[in-house]
Amino acid sequence: MYKYSDFDEAFVRTRNAQFRAQVERRIDGSLTEDEFKPLRLMNGLYLQLHAYMLRVAIPYGTVSAVQMRQLALIADKWDKGYGHFTTRQNIQYNWPKLTDVPDMLDALGDVQMHAIQTSGNTIRNVTADHFAGAAADEIEDPRPTAELIRQWSTDHPEFQFLPRKFKIAVTGSPNDRAVTKAHDIGLRIVRGGSGQTGYEVIVGGGLGRTPMVGQVIRPFLKKADLLPYLEAIVSVYNLMGRRDNKYKARIKITVFENGMEAFRDAVEARFAQTRVDFAGVSAKVLTEIEQSFASPAFKAAATDRFDAARKTDPVFRSWTDTNLTPHRAPGYAIVTVSLKAHGQTPGDATSAQMRLLADLAERYGHGELRISHEQNVILPHVHKSDLPALHAALKTEALATANIGLVSDIIACPGMDYCALATARSIPVAQGLATHFSALGLEQEIGKLKIKISGCINACGHHHIGHIGILGLDRAGVENYQITLGGDHTENLVVGDRAGPGFSYDEVIPAIERLLRTYLSVRNDTDETFVETYRRLGSEPFKAALYPAEAERDAA
Amino acid sequence: MSRQFTPKIVTANALLEGDVVYLTADDRWSRQHCEAELIEDEAHAQLRLIQAEKQRGTIVGAYLADAKAGPHGPEPVHFRESFRTRGPSNYAHGKQERPNV
Repeated sequence: MYKYSDFDEAFVRTRNAQFRAQVERRIDGSLTEDEFKPLRLMNGLYLQLHAYMLRVAIPYGTVSAVQMRQLALIADKWDKGYGHFTTRQNIQYNWPKLTDVPDMLDALGDVQMHAIQTSGNTIRNVTADHFAGAAADEIEDPRPTAELIRQWSTDHPEFQFLPRKFKIAVTGSPNDRAVTKAHDIGLRIVRGGSGQTGYEVIVGGGLGRTPMVGQVIRPFLKKADLLPYLEAIVSVYNLMGRRDNKYKARIKITVFENGMEAFRDAVEARFAQTRVDFAGVSAKVLTEIEQSFASPAFKAAATDRFDAARKTDPVFRSWTDTNLTPHRAPGYAIVTVSLKAHGQTPGDATSAQMRLLADLAERYGHGELRISHEQNVILPHVHKSDLPALHAALKTEALATANIGLVSDIIACPGMDYCALATARSIPVAQGLATHFSALGLEQEIGKLKIKISGCINACGHHHIGHIGILGLDRAGVENYQITLGGDHTENLVVGDRAGPGFSYDEVIPAIERLLRTYLSVRNDTDETFVETYRRLGSEPFKAALYPAEAERDAA
Repeated sequence: MSRQFTPKIVTANALLEGDVVYLTADDRWSRQHCEAELIEDEAHAQLRLIQAEKQRGTIVGAYLADAKAGPHGPEPVHFRESFRTRGPSNYAHGKQERPNV
């Protein structure tokens, strides 16, 4: 893992000391809230519905066992004993007191973590494939690139007051698990004609109130040109982006209104200059960073224990069927630990769970953990012979749920249970759906399915790109849920279609049940997933299931 | 014809803990919605909001929220304000937490 340089360490410590003084000046009245707000947001501190919320960056979703233990300590000492992992690979504490936040930031600094640029109109936490460095399908580890971008973008003097927030994601696999096409800039590591790796650069994607699929601005960018090219894109956006209307300020609108050609021309013109200014610095720093991400020393061992346990223990077998992903090293597996036990809040982990995960990462996983944008925790490098023991240990803290990729593995934003921007609740809808389909015993039969829930149009819960998306709105003072169908979060990003009028809070779970029972009755066979059936048949049978009264009327 | 004024309360978050607070008729900040001053006059509501906003060492983000009279004092009208009187629905945290009830 990347270790802070003396520069990084001094920077974070200085920033924390500044913020401590700013909090003191707010409390003694020297700073008004209007003056203080941008300062607290720069350091990840929000004011939510019931309390403050501190959003801590987990750069590219990578966290060490030592850091995870510190996150648990912070949860116990200054919060309510848990944390919430988000769709941008951050962790949020929902109950900090203003006076405690400087101590929390210092505690984060002790393990080389911070909350800088997790808010505000800046370049936010850079996200990456949560299987980075481990996936069998990977061309190259995206994390050195993500770390390079973190260093470049942190406190970048020109990009602290962009027209709007700016999100970058990196994937090193052709199977995109980082949702790169829904980011302001998405980077896909690809192999060029000469065999050298470089980047396909995607720009102008995003969800929110105007969902757009990112477009390729450069099919192949040399690795050495990354920072000058990113500098060119962001500086063109900084000048061209609209500041007159918050809802038109994201780069997706800049690209859309000016057209890709004009935008690309402006970027290329700027790039001619930035390329000279950067003079190879990108390649030099990247080479240094890459050394921090060397592979662990994988062991060669038999997998008999794994094979035997699969034969004798059906619970273990079921868990290995859903929660493992192929690893690039022989005998190893990537383990996804579900934070979606039926009825629990998606993405929440107690301090005891965090500590257990840290211990298990050290014992079985080379000390590494990852947070996925799907709000689960990954142990990226576990030898298969250790899986029976790992599974047994996970059970002790209710972390062995075998549901990855199934109906209960739901993404849900905090919604109106916490968020000041939300228009409806998301968490209880997710909890209700998970327990409902578990009680019906239909989870395995329904199979692969992505349900994603947002509590407002800003789409933190990625509802547009769920196979089934649920968007909570306020309709005349009542919670109302719109359903979208057929979204796709992969490299073939698709924004789902709105099915029709929304449903009340009490109607939404029965509506999803009608939808999924229809899928079970019309699918070709058990191998055809919900979204495949949707693509084959179109929306009609599913709309009829959602709105039976209308379907009956139309048939009459 | 002038439109009917919906009664209001003044609400905000406490500066130090962020907890939801309500302005009372005797100029305190209460943690309980039912203790809020129910304001039935639009001009008085604006005045009370200005007075609240001046207390910037105590509270953050004061605003007027719709409310109605109930048997034990003002009650929220909108579901968002109802949630603010209790806390989140996934854990018994916030105002509904045992020591706070």
